[in-house]
Amino acid sequence: MKRSELLFLVALLAVLALVPLLASNLVINFLVTALIVALAALGWNILGGLAGQISFGHAAFFGTGAYVTELLQLRFGMNAWAAAVAGIAAGALMGLAIGAAVFRARLRGSYFALVTLAFAEVLRILTNALDFTGGASGLLLKLQPGAAHFQFDQRSVFAWIGIACVGGVLLLTRHIMHSRFGAQLAAVLENEDAARALGVDIFATKLRAITLSAAITAAAGVFYVQYFLYLDANIGYGTWISIEALLAAIIGGVGTMAGPLIGALALHGLGELTRGFAGSITGIDLVIFGLLLVAAIAFAPAGIVGAWKRYVGGRRNA
Amino acid sequence: MTYPPEIVAEAVVGGLLTGSVYALVALGLTLVYGVLHIINFAHGALLTCAMFAVWALVTFTGISPYTAIIPLAVVFFAVGYVLQRYLIGPASHGDDSNILLVTLGLSIAIENALLATFHADTRTLEGDFGFQVVEIGPMLISRPKLIGFAASLIVAGLLWLLLKRTDTGRAIRAVAKEKLGARLMGIEVGHIFGITFGLGCACLAVAACLLMPSFYVNPRVGNAFVLVAFTIVVLGGMGSIPGALLGGLFIGVVESLGGLLLGDSLGQLGIFIIFILVLLFRPTGLFGARA
Repeated sequence: MKRSELLFLVALLAVLALVPLLASNLVINFLVTALIVALAALGWNILGGLAGQISFGHAAFFGTGAYVTELLQLRFGMNAWAAAVAGIAAGALMGLAIGAAVFRARLRGSYFALVTLAFAEVLRILTNALDFTGGASGLLLKLQPGAAHFQFDQRSVFAWIGIACVGGVLLLTRHIMHSRFGAQLAAVLENEDAARALGVDIFATKLRAITLSAAITAAAGVFYVQYFLYLDANIGYGTWISIEALLAAIIGGVGTMAGPLIGALALHGLGELTRGFAGSITGIDLVIFGLLLVAAIAFAPAGIVGAWKRYVGGRRNA
Repeated sequence: MTYPPEIVAEAVVGGLLTGSVYALVALGLTLVYGVLHIINFAHGALLTCAMFAVWALVTFTGISPYTAIIPLAVVFFAVGYVLQRYLIGPASHGDDSNILLVTLGLSIAIENALLATFHADTRTLEGDFGFQVVEIGPMLISRPKLIGFAASLIVAGLLWLLLKRTDTGRAIRAVAKEKLGARLMGIEVGHIFGITFGLGCACLAVAACLLMPSFYVNPRVGNAFVLVAFTIVVLGGMGSIPGALLGGLFIGVVESLGGLLLGDSLGQLGIFIIFILVLLFRPTGLFGARA
């Protein structure tokens, strides 16, 4: 990570932080939603990008964070901030449990992707059926504005918290990429057999990656539920968040530090644009996202960030 | 809670009949996996596409869905060939996880293109298909499902013959076993990949024709089938045709009995749990001997 790139990111976050001061509620709403997806995608990227384990089921962690946060408040009257911490911890635990089972069985590649999807679907069906989790009608969190309840009258406060979270996770990602753990992840990504031969504990490395990845994505879920105050099985454990996290990370630049954030902002911006042009035709934006995913794999394996670096590098060499 | 034996028997038979069409869907998936060693995540979306094609053909031209089988299978064979040879193959640079992501991208695009065209409404074929029943002993069996069962077995048999008895089949099996060796023997691997993918799509077209009389279609319907099909493929052993057939019948019965005992919403749960357990503890499948 060069200094110029770091400066660019700081500037980007600063500009995003200014947006709520100037913009309407609609724009802030857009920003918060994009930040939630960015956070989920940053989590996805730790496992999918740095360690190369492509997950189709990060909803399992997003939903666990969201449901635990909401249920602890609703059913046990816990304070929202404590519930949020518990939600993130529960997401991490879910990651640890799924990771332990799946990596112990040495599942990777397509098998890993499918089994994560199956875990998320099991959780979706269960939360959709059980009364404790609100069943199909979902759960409404009581409106209690106030900092003590992790609820704010002004949407801008959520945007700032979101930006702070994203900034924190970006720093964490940067730290990991330069650490011993980051080197182990890179070794797992490049060649597992070679990494094992060099003495890297593959199982432990992957397990740490999925736990951390799950915790970050769970934080996105916590944030979602505190912002929208509503949750049902198709939101929490639905495929939409698994897909959006993956799309944002891959289109933004898989395995890069800032890729997931850039991808989330780009995709949501593009989504708004297409909805503006295509109007009420549902699905058009996702058609474009799907084709973009194919195009990214075919032409820009390192996504927007990679393409930009290549462009800048090409100009410098010319 | 206990159920009278007739009801359980009817659920088992109904499950076997539905399972046979699941098997047909899984057959296409397992064939592609066995030869290309890839998971085609767009399988479900392509099935939805085929089901809409059947719906449109039957609704606008008035032909029977069973007449549509052969023309639609030919069209979908061509679609599959072109998709694999000119899109999925080149776009993924021969990397497995890329193929998974490319087919995921395709499935998102196809599913939502259908959503944009047909909206989220659920459609069924007009006609009295739902009321046609055949009496077998004390049970009333849906006629379209019975036809689906017979036709699925026939298609599975034909596919098996094609693989065992024709030159194309031999070439497909050669590529599945040893890609490089096959290329050295003068087999054009890209062409065989295309043919295999085309055959997988043709299976979907047939399955769609058999499903539509007793089922419905909406843009998301493929999702319900895709994980079921993956479960069958994993259960039967990746790449095994008899495995897919047995796996399909088994899953059909599990789903039907699960639905009877636990209700429809939890009935699906059994399938996913089987999927996870098989992958974790028996990744070579219950029926497939080879890894």
